[in-house]
Amino acid sequence: MIRAAIAALLLIAVLPASAVQPDEILADPALEARAREISKDLRCLVCQNQSIDDSDASLARDLRFLVRDRLKAGDSDDAVFSFIVERYGDFVLLRPPFKNSTLLLWIGPALIFATGIFGVWTWHRRRRTAEIFEAKPLSEDERERLNSILAAKDGP
Amino acid sequence: MAMRSLSLLPIGLFALLIIVFGIYLWQVGPGGKDISQIPSALINKPVPAFDLPPIEGRTDGLKSADLGGRVALVNVWASWCPPCRAEHSVLMTLARDGVPIYGVNYKDQPQDALRFLTELGNPFARIGADTDGRVAIDWGVYGYPETFVVDAEGRIRYRHVGPINPGQLDSVIRPILRKIGG
Repeated sequence: MIRAAIAALLLIAVLPASAVQPDEILADPALEARAREISKDLRCLVCQNQSIDDSDASLARDLRFLVRDRLKAGDSDDAVFSFIVERYGDFVLLRPPFKNSTLLLWIGPALIFATGIFGVWTWHRRRRTAEIFEAKPLSEDERERLNSILAAKDGP
Repeated sequence: MAMRSLSLLPIGLFALLIIVFGIYLWQVGPGGKDISQIPSALINKPVPAFDLPPIEGRTDGLKSADLGGRVALVNVWASWCPPCRAEHSVLMTLARDGVPIYGVNYKDQPQDALRFLTELGNPFARIGADTDGRVAIDWGVYGYPETFVVDAEGRIRYRHVGPINPGQLDSVIRPILRKIGG
């Protein structure tokens, strides 16, 4: 019994935490699910590395209400995002949009990876070339052995 | 020979990286720029449409039509906000110099807001009470106090997050007011 209770407590403890309060939740589950997804992609501007879905800041709570109000008024997800972006700018989006000013941000990692691959490739190629050039001539013993092998192969 | 210059490439890239990081570190160093400050999305845009009632016990209120015509400041404040208290003397100075300042009283209790003004003086030409904070969101406010410079055409020209200290009054706010003809 106690074990089961502890197990249940541990299970609860690892569930992802959200700051959404019971009074914020919409009656319509589909609308609420959309609100949750939108909230996860909006930055809380008070505690900048949290989404408004995670943050306990009062501004985050106000924005959660605002997102739900817009959805209830019939806005599409995109319309809700642009409503918030008009007020707070692109910084409020946790997934930055792909445009000129964010180009480096998006292609940067791929660029660095490609540079690395190129570096490894040239390094390998150089090493191989170096080995070929530095190959030593056969020693006397090696030459004898090679000759005997070739002779055996030519024989009957 | 091409191989040799290629082998210098990683060192070159690393040096470039050091320089870039160095510049950023230097920019955010002591007295440098505050990277937690977010540029306003409303710069050079007209003030958002709003109509706020007065703080209970006053008769003014504040709406978009009150702005424009003259260069003015819009200050978002609350009696419960310690930095607002710290900033208040700067606003009093500006008001004495004849700069119109409009107040947005953010999520405050009317009696607390009125006591704040009685104790510290009232620099505001008009005050609107934003009891649920929706108008502050329309202005893109995220930290308190925040101060906006609005030009004579009713466009937002500058936003200051946090209290204006006396140094910033002379080094930032006054030059902007002069530039846009306040």
